[in-house]
Amino acid sequence: MESRIGFRNTKSIIFKGVIVFFAFVVTIPLIIVLLYIIKQGVTQVNWHFLVNVPAPVGEPGGGIANALVGSLIMVLMASIVAIPVGMLGGIYLSENPGTRLAYYSGLCVDILQGVPSIVVGIVIYFWVVKPIGFSAIAGSIALAIMMLPIVIRSTEQTLRLLPDSLKEAALSLGVPYHRVILKVIVPCGFAGILSGIMLSIARIIGETAPLLFTALGNSYLSANVVKPMESLPHLIFTYATSPYDDWHNLAWGASFILLLFVLTLNITTKLITRKWNIQL
Amino acid sequence: MSDSISLPPEDATAGKEKMKLMKNKRLDLSYVQMKWESAFRGLLRTMSGILVLIVVGVLITLIVESMPSIKSLGIKYLWGKTWDPVNNIYGAYPFLIGTLLTSFTALIISVPFSYAIAIYLGEYNPKGWLSNFLKNTIELIAAVPSIIYGFWALFVLVPAVRTLEMKIGVAPYGVGIFSASLVLAVMIIPYAASLGTTLIRMVPSPLKEGAYALGATRFEVIRSVILPFTRSGLFAGVLLSLGRALGETMAVTVLIGNTSAIADKFKDMFFGPGNTMASVIANEFAEADHSVYLSALIELGLVLFLVTVVINLIGKRIITKFTNH
Amino acid sequence: MEHTIVSSSKFNAWFGDNHVVKDVSIEIEKNQVIAVMGPSGCGKTTFLRCINRMHELIPGATAKGSMKLYDDEVYNMNPIYVRYKIGMVFQRPNPFPNLSIYDNVIAGYKLNGIKMPKADFDNIVEKSLTSSALWNEVKDSLHKKGTFLSGGQQQRLCIARAIAMEPEVILFDEPTSALDPISTSSVEQLFHELKENYTLIIVTHNMQQAARVSDKTAFFYMGELVEYDDTKQMFTAPSDARTQNYITGRFS
Repeated sequence: MESRIGFRNTKSIIFKGVIVFFAFVVTIPLIIVLLYIIKQGVTQVNWHFLVNVPAPVGEPGGGIANALVGSLIMVLMASIVAIPVGMLGGIYLSENPGTRLAYYSGLCVDILQGVPSIVVGIVIYFWVVKPIGFSAIAGSIALAIMMLPIVIRSTEQTLRLLPDSLKEAALSLGVPYHRVILKVIVPCGFAGILSGIMLSIARIIGETAPLLFTALGNSYLSANVVKPMESLPHLIFTYATSPYDDWHNLAWGASFILLLFVLTLNITTKLITRKWNIQL
Repeated sequence: MSDSISLPPEDATAGKEKMKLMKNKRLDLSYVQMKWESAFRGLLRTMSGILVLIVVGVLITLIVESMPSIKSLGIKYLWGKTWDPVNNIYGAYPFLIGTLLTSFTALIISVPFSYAIAIYLGEYNPKGWLSNFLKNTIELIAAVPSIIYGFWALFVLVPAVRTLEMKIGVAPYGVGIFSASLVLAVMIIPYAASLGTTLIRMVPSPLKEGAYALGATRFEVIRSVILPFTRSGLFAGVLLSLGRALGETMAVTVLIGNTSAIADKFKDMFFGPGNTMASVIANEFAEADHSVYLSALIELGLVLFLVTVVINLIGKRIITKFTNH
Repeated sequence: MEHTIVSSSKFNAWFGDNHVVKDVSIEIEKNQVIAVMGPSGCGKTTFLRCINRMHELIPGATAKGSMKLYDDEVYNMNPIYVRYKIGMVFQRPNPFPNLSIYDNVIAGYKLNGIKMPKADFDNIVEKSLTSSALWNEVKDSLHKKGTFLSGGQQQRLCIARAIAMEPEVILFDEPTSALDPISTSSVEQLFHELKENYTLIIVTHNMQQAARVSDKTAFFYMGELVEYDDTKQMFTAPSDARTQNYITGRFS
């Protein structure tokens, strides 16, 4: 009996060892990728890199200014659409959980969350590009659609966690419903909602597929929203898959910058959630 | 106003006038507020309605734009083995194979790791700096954009795979289904891992304590109590990872080699280049110059849409059923 | 009665199909403290919430009958206006956590977008906090958030917030049941001072509190208003057997 117990204990210890190994081995690929990108990219980045557009093949120098500006503009435009719509949608879902509209709308949020980004891209091609052409607007709309589920769900979850007594106190003072929501409930849930917004931005800033057939790319620095516009991920895709070493270097630098943005947004979100102690 | 919180009956008429004015203002205000209230409620409903419209619109657009191909190619398109747009021959079979091979290979590779992470974070070490480190790392893996994975893999993984391929005697492309599957595996680990962690943490303590009280070892408690209890939820996690894998585009596009023909021998197919539904759309959408070509690609998008939606909804349904226990 | 401020006649309320308030008729006089007591589930809180139309905010909740503020039917009035005139203090103190003490007191104005010169607001804040016996304790930290206050202080802040709107009636829903004895007595002390300027209707689970603070008491049982009388009379020689049983502790 004793040896049997010993054997079982050993099995348990071995199992734990296997689990720990498999769990932590996953960190290796991430570290390798991050370190490699940093190594290849950090040497490319300087002021010159940030303010110039890509140089033609063979010419030295060049930078990613068009992609930086493009990403910024498109993320901004996407946010302007997705944040209000997403927050209002999330407010509706948290305030009216039993209605039919809430059921179907919630279902659609789940559906949107799972739609491959390339599918969003081709749909927007037909909705926006066919009428008004390849443009930053088309790209932004595709990105906005990808942002929506994240903003909606995080708004809904944050507001659900707020106590009812908050709403009651405001209503009993004769505050009308829309002001209760906008001036009491939303400000109290601000940290959670903000985190959701930041996570959604971190997500779309790295998305390439929705932009492939909508915003296309642009080798010139442009702020014209009805014309094609370059973006960081798209530039990386184009230049990484090209046969030229110069362009590869450009793509490394761009990857480094993109990674920086994404990591900063994610870490900031973590700090906010930790500080205000919210669950997302 | 400044001197009246409440008015005793005998008050100066000036104060009473002020009160009356304020009362009237408040009465008017309350009617204005009521109008804004209903407008706001309407706005909320409209926004939710917009969401439904978007999804319905996506579905309709996909169907409408696939119509030319559905009409002229019929259902045989889906298992046609030849993809030759130049000669107007379309067959989606290579892409179905490519998608299934990459996704399921990635799934098989990633599941042990996802489960290990879930068991570690859910059961062995739910709190503390080490578990936080692991949790943050996993979240970071999900945060890295897929094009960056693709780019890195193109320059680091592919040469390594090329060497491997030379060793085992297949054509040393480097790019192909194998490389794409490897990178995809890493990318989808976080999804099953974080879901699994949440589920394992939900196993009620009395259940586990009962087993320990009978003299079970940690491993036995995990095997006989925790895993059976969370089985359906863990399966849902696998489904969600699969949904993610099916829809992943950029990393796969960069690594898969963009070939629309399939080799005969499995070995060559697996280690050779190919295409998935997502990657062929990404690679050829811009070149599709005639309507059947374009709509054949859109039809692939439709299939992708339907499959990922169904998988995700099933997964979410399992999870809600599980958490409502 | 000429001094009647709140009255109801054959008033009923439901949660869905659940009939919780049955044919309640009552006349409440101005500047009095009215206690409403009864065992759990007797409908006293629901009735209270019907007076300022908070009841209808719950999905599926309905009400029927006459409920008057002076001579005006409350259910024909604008509910927002009703809540200006009839304030409420809740069981758990619920000051707004994201607002300072100062802003909490005038929350009814600020959240409604009512603008006034700062001097007026300052005045209201001081008067309200004085009336709720909180001024001296917080006058130097008006611009801090109210979360550091004790339970009793937070509840008095909520009372000040209700007073600041200059209501005619203040409803209290078991206002001290979440407070410790010292805070409870400080709030009870307030009732006595407040009735000079307001009419207070207090739902309480605590018989002794009803006996201590009120002029008249209403006893609810199973949704009905069983008895409504001067407090002294109610507690020494009630007319209904059910009241007698409740007071003597046969059920609670």
